[in-house]
Amino acid sequence: MTDTPLLELQNISKSFGSVQALTDVDFEVRRGEVMALVGDNGAGKSTLIKCIAGTHLPDSGHILFEGEEVHIHGPKDAARLGIEVVYQDLALCDNLDVVQNMYLGREEHDRFHRLKEPVMETRTAATMKSLAVTTIRSIRQPVATLSGGQRQSVAVARAVMWNSKLVILDEPTAALGVAQTEQVLDLVRRLAQQGLAVVIISHNLHDVFETAHRITVLRLGRNVGVYERAKTTQQEVVEAITAGKPTKVSGIPSTGAAAAT
Amino acid sequence: MSATDVQVVGQDAGPPPEEAVPGGVGGLLRRGVDNLKSGNLGVLPIVLALVFIVVFFSYRATNFFTAENFGNIIIQMAGTTMLAYGVVFVLLLGEIDLSVSYVAGIGALTVAELQRPGSGPALSGLIAIPVAIAICALIGFAQGTIVAKIGVPSFVVTLAGFLIWQGVIVYRLAVPGSIIIQDRWINYTGSYYFSRIAGWGIAAGITAVYALISLSSLVGKLRAGLAVQDPWLVGVKIVAVALASFGTVAICNHASVQGTPLGLPLAAVIIVFFLLVLTYLAKRTTFGRHVYAVGGNAEAARRAGISVARIRIVVFMISSAMAAIGGIILAANVNSVDTNFGGGTLLLDAISAAVIGGTSLFGGRGEVRNAFIGGAVIATVANGLNTANYNPGTIYMVTGTILLLAVTLDTIVRRLQVRAGR
Repeated sequence: MTDTPLLELQNISKSFGSVQALTDVDFEVRRGEVMALVGDNGAGKSTLIKCIAGTHLPDSGHILFEGEEVHIHGPKDAARLGIEVVYQDLALCDNLDVVQNMYLGREEHDRFHRLKEPVMETRTAATMKSLAVTTIRSIRQPVATLSGGQRQSVAVARAVMWNSKLVILDEPTAALGVAQTEQVLDLVRRLAQQGLAVVIISHNLHDVFETAHRITVLRLGRNVGVYERAKTTQQEVVEAITAGKPTKVSGIPSTGAAAAT
Repeated sequence: MSATDVQVVGQDAGPPPEEAVPGGVGGLLRRGVDNLKSGNLGVLPIVLALVFIVVFFSYRATNFFTAENFGNIIIQMAGTTMLAYGVVFVLLLGEIDLSVSYVAGIGALTVAELQRPGSGPALSGLIAIPVAIAICALIGFAQGTIVAKIGVPSFVVTLAGFLIWQGVIVYRLAVPGSIIIQDRWINYTGSYYFSRIAGWGIAAGITAVYALISLSSLVGKLRAGLAVQDPWLVGVKIVAVALASFGTVAICNHASVQGTPLGLPLAAVIIVFFLLVLTYLAKRTTFGRHVYAVGGNAEAARRAGISVARIRIVVFMISSAMAAIGGIILAANVNSVDTNFGGGTLLLDAISAAVIGGTSLFGGRGEVRNAFIGGAVIATVANGLNTANYNPGTIYMVTGTILLLAVTLDTIVRRLQVRAGR
């Protein structure tokens, strides 16, 4: 993992009126890597994600995607780059089945707008198989009949199916039980194994340590540090979240600021 | 209305079996449980109710279970069913259209006005009918735009429409009281009967179209290497559609009035035509898929890039256009339009027909065939109670009770769904 990061944010600042949500924040994620983004409430995690997703435009700073500077003005720009965000509410239609949800708004159709169900079903099945989502008995059952973990899997699979390179998961396990959480964490690891860059936002450090390769800690809208999972402890990360000092002095990302180096 | 007919046509419009679960009785059973979990009770309860109603009235009234009355019920259900078809789309969005009955009145008034000889334009029905449908679609466009773009609740917009269009009808007809419809094309929608031969040809045509659609879908799946559950079920359904089509024609061909043979009413063909076309639109096109998506989760649909406003507007146009067609048929049934047109129980019958058949008021769940079955139930109850010489008040009470039972069942199933969902 020594190549250029897939996504690199440099000196991102964003304010809403008098509230400074982000101050000179750096962030990066590489291909095949799960990068966790952690921080207490109000640390700026959501704002940072929205800057990547195109929902917010940063006031200053640079966004580099595959080494080139990009300007993301909306969700469509993000999707064009291959960035997909799975929000907490999943945005699934309960009354539609798995295939229909996977293709929501992007249905395969001929020039008479007739749906090509076989194409969609085949590709959905293939995607599900490649992600080893095997607990769903039939991809033709309505999403309403699925468990929380299965629903999360569908939402993630949908994000992955569109040739995405970076998948951002917002609190993917927040509403799940133990077994279902494990199921989703497995899925997250598989995404990285398939070469995707994954950003996972979570309050649950157990989940973070289960999946992430590196952990970016934000506090009060500033970088505290980037920790490598293998070289840090939950205790250290908790301290960084609750009492960490902003470590950034110049524009250089402070990887392993505390102990990792 | 024979029991087999309704049961069969009720099934024909549904999507072919698509789950990759084991076939056979076990598979069917499991699919039933899945449907129940997802709050989709299917048409079974209401079909059983219809069978019960038919048996009941056949027992109560000697002239109910006759070929002639079968044709009567078809013609009586046609107008309301057209309105109900449109209402299904509106309900799928989780919206409501209270204006359909008087938009139907506007459609009827428009054709009556356009065909009016003497001081009127005296246009042929072949021109008047499309013009009336277009005008009503425009009304739907206006109402839908106010709902979708400005965000006024559809209940309010269409309630206003209910009053406004009623006002237009009363205003126009205040002086003449009514307009007689003399144009034969318009009147045909309520009173044309096909010859015996033509009837058989139509039955064959409907069966062929249905078989073609379901077989091409089956072949597409097989070619893609997808698991098809119960391929034999496709065959069974085709046979059932054939039986229903030919059975209906056989009964209608058997009917006669004072020695003159009747045959298959044009109204029956109109009912089935729109059943097939609208079901295709709802189930096999991107537009239909988006209607279900918006009704299921408008926010998810919006984030998926679906133009929610456009879908809403088009649905209100469909609703009003179908209302126009229904209104024309209703006017043709009585060969006139008067100040009371569109009043009475038309609106509630149309909405009840959609809901009784199993369309949810909460959006996202329902099918065009629901309106077909619901329309058949309402027309059969009204016809039966009339034939058996019940007090007219009984019709309302019975229809109301059926509506309440149907929606109660729907609500219970919906609660089961919420429990099963997580």
